[in-house]
Amino acid sequence: MNPPRPIPRLDAENRAFWTGGAEGELRLMHCEDCKSFFHPPRLVCRNCLSEKVAPKAVEGTGVVDTFTVNYQAWMPNLEVPFVIARVAIDGAPGVFLTTNIVNCPVDDVDVDDRVRVTFEQQGDIYYPLFEKIS
Amino acid sequence: MNTRDAFVSGVGQSEVGMRLTRAPLLLTLDAVKEALDDAGLGIDQIDGVSTYPGKAHGYLGFSPIGADELIDALGIRATWYAGGGEITSQLGAVAAAAMAVRLGQARHVICFRTVYEAAAMSRPEEFPPIRREKVEGYTQWTAPFFAISAACWTAQYAMRHVKRYGMTREQLAQIALTGRANAALNPRALVQKPLTMDEYMSSRMITSPFCLHDCDRFTDASTVIIVSAGDALDEVKATPIRIAAMAGAVDRLSWDQAEWMACYATGPELWKRTDYKPKDVDTAQLYDGFSFQTVAWLESLGFCEVGEGGRFIEGGTRIARDGELPLNTFGGQIGGGRLHGFGFAHEAVVQLRKQGGARQIPGDPKLAVAASGGGPLATALLLARD
Repeated sequence: MNPPRPIPRLDAENRAFWTGGAEGELRLMHCEDCKSFFHPPRLVCRNCLSEKVAPKAVEGTGVVDTFTVNYQAWMPNLEVPFVIARVAIDGAPGVFLTTNIVNCPVDDVDVDDRVRVTFEQQGDIYYPLFEKIS
Repeated sequence: MNTRDAFVSGVGQSEVGMRLTRAPLLLTLDAVKEALDDAGLGIDQIDGVSTYPGKAHGYLGFSPIGADELIDALGIRATWYAGGGEITSQLGAVAAAAMAVRLGQARHVICFRTVYEAAAMSRPEEFPPIRREKVEGYTQWTAPFFAISAACWTAQYAMRHVKRYGMTREQLAQIALTGRANAALNPRALVQKPLTMDEYMSSRMITSPFCLHDCDRFTDASTVIIVSAGDALDEVKATPIRIAAMAGAVDRLSWDQAEWMACYATGPELWKRTDYKPKDVDTAQLYDGFSFQTVAWLESLGFCEVGEGGRFIEGGTRIARDGELPLNTFGGQIGGGRLHGFGFAHEAVVQLRKQGGARQIPGDPKLAVAASGGGPLATALLLARD
């Protein structure tokens, strides 16, 4: 049994990202002026400096940009090995999420794998994990 | 040489160890005294202090001593000082001091980095570990996925090299093997025993492609670099080492949004600011908190093409002490100890002055590059003996 995942402190900027999974949505900050997505979420668009920004759901699919198979138990009882990956999010060029690739053996993960979000709930937080699209 | 240039006039270092009992302020004092003796300066001639990342109140082992604390403790009369983590990595503190002396804000600046992580972890009652109920800031984007260590973040950059460019573990091993071979000749190095390829390949994995020997380890030590103004060198007795060029960069601090490590923007910028070329460099002292960071620096600084770093170090002869580009001759952080960036500038000065003893590189080295930082922060210094 893994220890609890570290819990993000919710605020006005990050709430939509961490709770969107309750409705099954992966929500990223989107600019209504230049139509770009950006991450981490902030109150201004980093691409055009517009303040007309709001969370918006993306498809929830992506591609493994890079990854590592983690063997070190950084916390007591952490079950190893597991995969940490950087996923490039479809429809949101330039946005990457650090996440875990789950529901497959660690040796099955590779760069360029197509993946889809799957949420793991812990209290108020819905952690966006990803699994391979078979 | 130009009186408007900045110079390293003295270097010093405390004992380097794990779980030391000497207080971090006194380790810093040891390094300060050695650097002052080296430069031939007295503490009353010091008028500036610079450090990275300033006192880390929430995590004292990482940085137990701040600049203002050192100024107060040693009775320094400073006209300029700085200390903070929002700068282009550890050696950014040295670059800041160089700018200060060039602009006449100070004449002789003590730059220091004191680390006490091993001791702090062994004495939790004295250095209580951080216990936070929730994660915030950049940490919230990695820690919830148990990507807790910088090893997990850096390993993903290394994995990209494995997949894109075919870098092998045997190639990567040369950073640790070279460092450990050099450390065995450095009386102050943290690890005195050389490492074999068999030991490397059979050691336990931390986070692929990194095994245990690709990672530095918590160390207790203090390192001091004194930066002096060109028009104050008549007060200095040691051979001054000129800061011929410097460059730095910051990419996105969240690590995972950055397309590349900041060193890749820093290297080309360094060469734009000097007439020297990579082929003129006699020794390279390049950050190895994790082995791959050194590979990335070799590529960034133009010693080889991007993607060729693995093949560049293959076999280890090119980066050995008698090779064409002697690398991390004090052992790097993997062998020499996690001095956190400052060890690279310290060693560059030692080698340029031919004071390396058993680990001294052959010939008449006149130009060295020292670099710190991995991930979104990077600083490179080009150091010359004129």
